[in-house]
Amino acid sequence: MTTGRPREAPAVGARASPSGSVLTGPARALTARLGQQAKLLFLWPAVLMLVFLSIFPLFVSVYVSLTRLEFVPGGFALRWVGLANYRKLLFGIEQEHFLGLLAGPSPVQQVALGVIAIGLVVVLARAPRPGRALSGLLGRSLWAVAGGAVAWLLARTLLPGGRPGTLVTTLTYVGVGVAVQYGLGLGLAVLCAQQIAGRRFFRVVFLLPMMITPVGIAYTFRILMDLGKGPFAPAWRGLGLAEVSWASDPWGARIAVMIGDVWQWTPFMFVVLLAALESQPPELLEAATVDGADRWQTFWQITWPQIAPVTATLVLIRIIEAFKIVDLPNVLTSGGPGTATESLTLHAFIAWRTLDLGGSAAVAYLLLLVVTFAVVAYLRLVRRRLTEPT
Amino acid sequence: MKRRLSLRMAVLWAAGTLVAGPAWAAGPFEGVSVNILTFTGPQIAEPLQRRAPDFEKLTGAKINVITVPFSDLYQKMLTDMATRTNSYHAFVFAPQWLADFATPGYLEALTSRVAADKALQWQDIAPFFRNFSAVYAGRNYTVPVDGDFQMVYYRTDLLAQAGLRPPETWDDYLKIAAALDKKDLNGDGTPDFGSCIAKKRNAQSYWMVWSVAGSFLQSQGTRQGSFFDLDTMKPLVGSEAFAEALRVYVATGKYGPPDELNWDVGDSRSAFVTGRCALTVDWGDIGTLAIDPKTSKVMDKVGAVILPGTHRVLDRKTGKLVPCDRTTCPYGVHGVNHAPYAAFGGWSGGINAAAPPRVKDAAYAFLSYMSQPAQSNVDVTIGITGFNPYRTSQFKSLDLWLKAGMSRAAAQNYLGAIEASLNSPNMVLDLRIPQNQRYQQVVLDTAVAKLLARQTTIDQAVTEISEGWEAITNELGRDKQLKAYRETLNVQR
Repeated sequence: MTTGRPREAPAVGARASPSGSVLTGPARALTARLGQQAKLLFLWPAVLMLVFLSIFPLFVSVYVSLTRLEFVPGGFALRWVGLANYRKLLFGIEQEHFLGLLAGPSPVQQVALGVIAIGLVVVLARAPRPGRALSGLLGRSLWAVAGGAVAWLLARTLLPGGRPGTLVTTLTYVGVGVAVQYGLGLGLAVLCAQQIAGRRFFRVVFLLPMMITPVGIAYTFRILMDLGKGPFAPAWRGLGLAEVSWASDPWGARIAVMIGDVWQWTPFMFVVLLAALESQPPELLEAATVDGADRWQTFWQITWPQIAPVTATLVLIRIIEAFKIVDLPNVLTSGGPGTATESLTLHAFIAWRTLDLGGSAAVAYLLLLVVTFAVVAYLRLVRRRLTEPT
Repeated sequence: MKRRLSLRMAVLWAAGTLVAGPAWAAGPFEGVSVNILTFTGPQIAEPLQRRAPDFEKLTGAKINVITVPFSDLYQKMLTDMATRTNSYHAFVFAPQWLADFATPGYLEALTSRVAADKALQWQDIAPFFRNFSAVYAGRNYTVPVDGDFQMVYYRTDLLAQAGLRPPETWDDYLKIAAALDKKDLNGDGTPDFGSCIAKKRNAQSYWMVWSVAGSFLQSQGTRQGSFFDLDTMKPLVGSEAFAEALRVYVATGKYGPPDELNWDVGDSRSAFVTGRCALTVDWGDIGTLAIDPKTSKVMDKVGAVILPGTHRVLDRKTGKLVPCDRTTCPYGVHGVNHAPYAAFGGWSGGINAAAPPRVKDAAYAFLSYMSQPAQSNVDVTIGITGFNPYRTSQFKSLDLWLKAGMSRAAAQNYLGAIEASLNSPNMVLDLRIPQNQRYQQVVLDTAVAKLLARQTTIDQAVTEISEGWEAITNELGRDKQLKAYRETLNVQR
């Protein structure tokens, strides 16, 4: 059914434009030209913004990472040093700081390295899938080598005799932190999705840490974790722990940073997962109940597949964010004791603060490489899990 | 030229009249605003902020004191001037960084201003601060407002009760710390600590380790230097002597608070003056903080001594420790080599060369005002200022200290310890070569922090520092750095 007046027929010698307007030859050409230019007009500001705010600094920082800052009369200069800043981090005097202390292979490490090597061979030996070309094998080899290198680094630095550098410390923050945050967030979300008394109150309370500035959280934890002077000092004294200092122990300090990080970011996991849980179609859950499934079966068979896509995105966002952790270790421990709690971002920040701009940019670029590798590997993993039929 | 002359006359008039102290209807710097950068207080920033309004009333110049954490001060100054942002007109900073600020011409030379400034009473400033700290390459760049030597402070009452004498050597220090550790030192019923030393990374702690190392590394007088070999510029940290110093430094932690690695000087000072520590290593601040009735629980219970020494010193030919005798320790006392460390060099004021002329004049007038005896003689007796005595008259006039609340004996002891350090022929000068901040605040600080956190062993720390310093020297040019190092020690080769 149509309503309104019927459209008038176009005049002789004129054609209706796609928009329905009637234009003569030159006007139509102009309009068409403007129409073509309009695309560029709308596109270019965004492109220019992107170039200036993202691409340009990215390339300039590559250049900075290949230079050393020098102060000269009246200003400063960037002296070209090639790959020296990267060499310093990977093979030179900063290797221990960046990669960690690579201990000589003890029997435990030999076993660990053997397991890694076998794992690599298994990954490489798996037959390529039908239809996959040589590039697939090359890609698989690349990922296997990169994954093996990370595993080798973890084994050499985390097992006895070794000592993690800022790279492994960051990987620990990311791995442990994101896993614990997800576990706690999911647990709390499942609880708050139940019809229990006070669930609205708890939803607000569980969200509060996310609204506090990270520096505030770091100071709060610094006070809370002061066993000698903090609010729990009498309790620690009663337990005979007043003379213990987590801040003097590398792993104690790292755990303190991770506790603060978990406290800060669990609410993010919680709120997104709660929304995912509550958006499940109730018919499926009811059908499962009618079919006699218990709660555990209902969760694994019904709920988990429903929230898996959200989980994948959520974990991806947190992995990217967690790699950039800087405020907590900076305020809570100043990166100490020693360099034990320094993350890669804090490493870059301290280098920048001491005017080693080239070194700082080199750390930042290596971080970019690691994050890219981790994210792409994660995406390959979850895409396969989410798309393959179970 | 005429304008500069008139401004100079205005400065001289202002500086001269400030001594007399009359109030004016309108000052010579009416409408001028000076941004001064220094480190986050309360020390150092407090007296600048407290006296700024008085200065404004006298001259019309508005003084804005901007503060940043100590670890950021060097780079804030350097980047502000190097990028020509020039948002700060003057600085109160560590004069040991002068090489990096004076060489590129970022700081204004103050030689002629100082020479013309009678009210400053330049000759009253102790020669070390006047002729060494304030000077680079023969020109004066700063006005000292503070004097800095590290010393050991001890609790006189506790040592007397225990029948112990103040430490002469670092072994004595450890013995006293062990004897008084885990005892209730302030009567609050909880066990306290034998030694408290600020050991926090990215703070001011890297000077502490050199206070211990100095006497192991330098024994032939000030010109011998304690950081590098004078012929090769090889770091002396690669020696047995520095390893021994690190052993002592680590050992002090056995008698310290459990979270000592997170303590900066604010924490150690607070703990000492509230009676929680038997010993500490610090600049002159403890002496005046201990007489502050608001916070101190150790009034008249504090003694100070020149930094403890050693019975064994570095033989630079062999790199080994050798016993002290007349040859190896010509300045030794009772077989002990003392090497008091002029750590930091005393907070000093400098002026951005790119500041507008009238602002420079106002900035200089303010720095001069802060350093003039009328203000300085009061400020050095107040603990929270962070200013320690640096003028000859401040050492000679006991009345200043008695008026501030110090007993005669305590004042004599405190000033005596500083004077003994100041007059020592084996005083350790701080590193003043280009980019010394990277050598000390980056490489040394990080390596020592890792050692204290048990991330590395002493041998690994020695290697790390040695290789790190060598890398910087090679990067900046060994000959250039060696020449600068010799010049700071006034060594001609």
